[in-house]
Amino acid sequence: MKETFTIVVFTENKIGLLNRISAQFTQRHINIESLTASESEYPGIHRFTIVINEDEEKTRKVVKQIEKQVEVLKAYCFKDSETVHSEIALYKIKMDPSLDRPKLDNVLITHGAFVQEQVGSFMIIAKTGTKEETHQLFEDLYPFGLQGFVRSGRVSLSNTMSTFKTYLQALETHSKEIITDNF
Amino acid sequence: MDTLTKTVGEKQIEKQSMAGSEAVIRSLLAEGVETVFGYPGGAIMPVYDSLWHFQEELKHILTRHEQGAIHAAQGMARVTNKPGVVFATSGPGATNLITGLADAKIDSTPLVCITGQVASPLLGTDAFQETDIISISMPVTKWNTQVTKAEDIPSAIAKAFYIATSGRPGPVLIDITKDAQFASLDFSYKKCNGFRSYVPKPALDHDEVEKAARLIDSAKKPFILFGQGIILSEAENELKAFVEKTGIPAAWTVLGLSAMPTDHPLNVGMLGMHGNYAPNKLTNECDVLIAVGMRFDDRVTGDLSRYAKQAKVVHLEIDPAEIDKNVKTDIAILGDAKESLQLLTSLCSENNHDDWVQKFHDLKAIEYDQVIQKELNPDKPGLTMGEVIRRVNGLTDSEAVVVTDVGQHQMVACRYATFKQTKSNVTSGGLGTMGFCLPAALGAKLGAPERAVVAVIGDGGFQMTLQELGTIFQTNAAVKIIILNNNFLGMVRQWQQLFFDKRYSSTELVNPDFVTISKGFGIEASSVSERQYLDAALKTMMDHDGPYLLEVMVEKEDNVFPMVPTGASVEDVRLS
Ligand SMILES: Cc1ncc(C[n+]2csc(CCOP(=O)(O)OP(=O)(O)O)c2C)c(N)n1
Repeated sequence: MKETFTIVVFTENKIGLLNRISAQFTQRHINIESLTASESEYPGIHRFTIVINEDEEKTRKVVKQIEKQVEVLKAYCFKDSETVHSEIALYKIKMDPSLDRPKLDNVLITHGAFVQEQVGSFMIIAKTGTKEETHQLFEDLYPFGLQGFVRSGRVSLSNTMSTFKTYLQALETHSKEIITDNF
Repeated sequence: MDTLTKTVGEKQIEKQSMAGSEAVIRSLLAEGVETVFGYPGGAIMPVYDSLWHFQEELKHILTRHEQGAIHAAQGMARVTNKPGVVFATSGPGATNLITGLADAKIDSTPLVCITGQVASPLLGTDAFQETDIISISMPVTKWNTQVTKAEDIPSAIAKAFYIATSGRPGPVLIDITKDAQFASLDFSYKKCNGFRSYVPKPALDHDEVEKAARLIDSAKKPFILFGQGIILSEAENELKAFVEKTGIPAAWTVLGLSAMPTDHPLNVGMLGMHGNYAPNKLTNECDVLIAVGMRFDDRVTGDLSRYAKQAKVVHLEIDPAEIDKNVKTDIAILGDAKESLQLLTSLCSENNHDDWVQKFHDLKAIEYDQVIQKELNPDKPGLTMGEVIRRVNGLTDSEAVVVTDVGQHQMVACRYATFKQTKSNVTSGGLGTMGFCLPAALGAKLGAPERAVVAVIGDGGFQMTLQELGTIFQTNAAVKIIILNNNFLGMVRQWQQLFFDKRYSSTELVNPDFVTISKGFGIEASSVSERQYLDAALKTMMDHDGPYLLEVMVEKEDNVFPMVPTGASVEDVRLS
């Protein structure tokens, strides 16, 4: 049975790793629903958050293959119930005279969204939440003449204690040396 | 050359100023490399120029194609357990390495490939002979990296050697831009012995080993499967000790062949598609399956849903990603095979399983009657591949390194070649690369010059890399080349006969005169087609001082049996 998994990968900050990681999915015909990459709270370590919809066995196998890549420190995989996750969406709306502003403000309040910026004759609305929530706002803003829409990939934190921190400490005491050069 | 001394921390490190290209050579020397296979070209010319000054220390073998270079390096790595080293230029030079990289990746062969790249300011401009070899080689390397600064060369090479040889070995590629080869650096070399993101060897879990020992002790019909992991971790003695103490019959994968002497009383033969009858059948009868350093390739398992379902599975493996990948394990012992087997053997009780072993012998007798006897001692006029291999065994006293290509001759050689020593069977197992044999045999001979190296090749595969006869001639490496000529792409023809109603679509070969070709390359050669002359022909070949090519005309439409057809269960192994 397919379900949503969030795969979190900690890696060294190296060129080409994104390629190596994404290729693990391509090779196994797994579609990546979303992928975000950024620096983590640990200096020099990057964090990838990848969302897929797959069956559990296939997911666990691909996670092992990812972890096997030389510059990957650790890969975890979580079910939705094991994480707190969020996405951000931006919506562009044209501010012409016909715009029913009170009605719009009302929609924004119900959704916990806000006007991030007004640029010229447009306003940009921002909303964080799950995909379902940002999608609902999309539906609700549509009648106001939505001009543009973008949604980020998922960011997520597991709702248990971080095991990565302990793992990293163990790695650093065990490995004879942390290579900090370019290779 | 200036010598300057810098103080780093407390230590004084000698630093020498030199060009990046020379740093490449000195780094290789620091890693103990003696031989490099390669092919020059624009983007790697600075390295070749530096090589000129080190001809005494570093031997370069100029192959006739980069694919030849990388297969030769693989052949050398397989008989020495040391990383093979390859040079190639950018663009086509680099892309010609891809088949060898893929082959080495799937067969866990340590390689360090160094490719030249266009100068860094030209990267991404579609410059002459620019190709994004980092992206292209990504899925077929264990690791790769591009170096654009001379000062990064030593540390990149150090890391490359460490990654290629540690844990589950594999090929790595370093792409060095031409400007980095020209620029100068203060050279010092420090071997790499670990870094944060890479845990090559999982720590052995004693509790799991203990559990495995209890399971093995209680087993009535235990069965050991071993693969190349034994050879890679140099655990041959440990395997033997384990087998002998526990009295458990053991069978091998194609890449595990020669890790245990073929005539060992508990060696029960080859697994898989063209493996022996008994080990295939009894896989589905054993109660405990102990897999060591093998990865349950689909050619070994056949239909997974009908594979050893009755058995508890113990898997000794260095690569965590292999656990449960194909076959679900009951006990996983992660770690180096040598250490794992040592501990496991010490925890297992002495035992014997004579009745169970007898079952293997009974089934072997059936296979002998129906297949082996006819193959090794045929009563029909045409020569069989098997009888050629049997004679080679005799002539070499089972001491030769046998290198094979891919096809029927490969399966026959693996089935019938006999070995006393480890690291003696060199073949392209996982990728099944036709064209592998000739260059790999050259590499094997250069890696083990004191041993007889016999290359067994089909007439099809020979024509894929026959240009390496030129390299064999130039190096005078005494490779003994046997072409088993059936005028067919035999293995494909066999499948066409069995599964495609004998529609021999594009598998018949009209061949050139191999003897003339060989002689044209300056290599002594002859051809034999009658049984009465076979012995003498093989003996002439073996006795010849230097390389020799012998074409043996074999039966055109022979098939390799037993066979587990694709999608069938191992227990449905066919004898005809
Ligand atoms: C590079 C490559 N191309 C195609 C194949 C598919 N293939 C496997 S065996 C085989 C036939 C090999 O024929 P030959 O070399 O004459 O050996 P034989 O089977 O007759 O012993 C072919 C074409 C392959 N393994 N490798």
